Amino acid sequence: MTTKKAIPYLFIVPYLIHFLVFISFPVLFSFFLMFNKWNIIAPMEFVGFQNFYRLIHDHLFLQSILNTLIFLIIHIPLQIIVALFFAVLLSKKLKFIGFFRAAYFLPVVVSGVVVTILWQQLYGYESGLLNRMLISVGLDKVGWLTNPEIAMPSIAIMATWKNVGLYIVLFLAGLQTVPQYLYESAELEGASSWQKFRYITLPMINPTMFMVIILSTIGGFSLFIEPYVMTGGGPLNSTLSAVLYIYKQGFFYYHMGYAATLGFFFAGIILVVIFIQKRYIEKETG
Amino acid sequence: MKKLFTYITLIIGAVVFIYPFWWMLAASVAPQTSIGNLTFLPESVSLNSYSQVFSKIPIARSLFNSLFVSLTITLGVITFGSMVGYALSHLEFKGKNLLFYIIIFTMTLPFQITLIPQYILMVKFNWVDTYFALIVPYFLSGLSIIMFNQYFKTIPRDLIDAARIDGCGEFRILFRILWPNALPAIITVGIITFMTSWNEVLWPIIVIRDDKLMTLPQLVTLFAVGGRAESQLGVKLAAATLLAIPVIVAYAFFQKYFIQSMASTGLKE
Repeated sequence: MTTKKAIPYLFIVPYLIHFLVFISFPVLFSFFLMFNKWNIIAPMEFVGFQNFYRLIHDHLFLQSILNTLIFLIIHIPLQIIVALFFAVLLSKKLKFIGFFRAAYFLPVVVSGVVVTILWQQLYGYESGLLNRMLISVGLDKVGWLTNPEIAMPSIAIMATWKNVGLYIVLFLAGLQTVPQYLYESAELEGASSWQKFRYITLPMINPTMFMVIILSTIGGFSLFIEPYVMTGGGPLNSTLSAVLYIYKQGFFYYHMGYAATLGFFFAGIILVVIFIQKRYIEKETG
Repeated sequence: MKKLFTYITLIIGAVVFIYPFWWMLAASVAPQTSIGNLTFLPESVSLNSYSQVFSKIPIARSLFNSLFVSLTITLGVITFGSMVGYALSHLEFKGKNLLFYIIIFTMTLPFQITLIPQYILMVKFNWVDTYFALIVPYFLSGLSIIMFNQYFKTIPRDLIDAARIDGCGEFRILFRILWPNALPAIITVGIITFMTSWNEVLWPIIVIRDDKLMTLPQLVTLFAVGGRAESQLGVKLAAATLLAIPVIVAYAFFQKYFIQSMASTGLKE
C-alpha cells in the first residue's frame, strides 16, 4: 500500500522541484539582494537600507513609473473603445464575419518585435508612411517618436493596434452571453440603440470588461520590447518604461542589488493597482 | 443602408490591420532608395535585402534554435502540466489544497520580481549561453496545470476506475486514456505555450550573448537595434518579415485554433 500512496507525489515532484528552484528561491533571494550591493563578479557587500534610500531619490525610476502609467491611461480606454466598437459590429449577423475576425486578430499572433520594427518605419519623421499621408492631405508632419510629448502616446497607439484583436474576440464572446429578449423588450419600450447599449449591453458584459482591464494592465506594466527597439527609452527618457529601467540597471550597469529592489518595489505597485481595480469593478457590478 | 455602412466600416478596419503587413512585405523586396515613396507596389522586385540578412546574421540557425527551444518547452509543459493536473483532479494525497494555492500564487506573481535572481541562478549554474537557460525555467507552467485540472475534471470518473480495475497503472491511465480524451486541452495549452515561448525576447536577450544560440526574435531585435543593419530600412524589414512568416503561415492554417486558444486564456503575444 505504501507504494500506491507515493504515486501521486511522483506526479507532482517535477513541479515542486521547479517551483523551489525557479520561483521560491528567486523570490527569497531577491528579498535578500535588496540589502546588498553586488555586480555578480566582486563579493557581495551588505549595505542595509541604502538601496531603498536610493530608490526613493531616484528621479529616473519615478519617471519610468509615470511613463508606464501614461502608457496605461491612454492604452486601456483606447483599447476598450476600439474593441467594443468592432465587437458590436461583428456581433450582427453578417457575411464574412470569420474573415474580419481573422484579419483583426492577425497582429495578435505576430511577434511584438515585428510590429515594433514595422511601426518604427510607419512613424518615421522624414518619409514614414503616416507623415506622408498627413502631408498629402495638407497637414504638418508629426514627430511621432522624436517629440517627447508624443512618443509614449505613439507607442500606446501601436500597442492598441497590436492587441485589440484579442479583445475584440473576448468582447464578442461576452456579447453572445447577453440574452436576446432583453433587447426585444427594450425595443418594445422604444429604447434607442444607444440606450440599449448603455443600459443593457454594458452592464451585462461587465465580467469581460473586468478581464480586459486586468489583462491590459498586466500587459502594460510589462512594456519593454517596444521602447527597447523603437526609442531606447528616449527622447529625453519619455518612453523609458519601468521594466526597461530595471533591465538597464541590472544588465547594463550590473547593479544587481538595486535592480532587485526596483523589481520588488515595482511588482508591489502592480499588485496594488490590480487590487484596486478589482475592488472598484466588483463594487460597480455589486 | 445601415448594413452597407457596417460593411464599409469593417472593411476599413480590415485594411488598417492588414495593410501595414502588406507594406512591410512590399518594402522588403523594394530597392532601398524607393522605400521612402512606397505606398502599395514596389517599382521593381529584388531579393537583395534578404540576401543581405542571410549574409549578415545566422538567421537559419536562429530559426532552428527557436523551433528547438519552443517545441521542447511545449512538450515539457504539456507532459508535466498534465501530470500535476491529473494528480489534482483524480488522485488523493496530503497537501493537495496547499499545492493548488501555491500554483495560483505563482500565477499572480509578477515576473519583475524573479527576473534578476533567475538570471543570477543561470550564472551560478553556468547556464548562460546554453539551451538550458532558454528551456528549463519555462519547462513547467502554472497556467497549463490549471487548464488540465479543469479539463480532466470533466472526464468521467468511471472511465478511470474501469481502467484501474483492469490493472492499469496511473501513468498509463494518464498517457493512454486521458490524453486521447483531452485533445482540445492539449491543443490549447500547446498553442499558447508555443506562441509565448516563440515570441519571448526579454529573457533570451538577458541569458544569450552568443549569436549561434540566439532565438529568431532575439537575433532580429538585436539586428534592428544594433548597428549591423546599418540603418538600411529594407534589410530591417526583410528580417522582420522572415520573423513574421512562420507564425503567419501557421495562423493561416490553424486560424480557428489560434483564436480559440488565445481567447480562452486571454493571453496575448
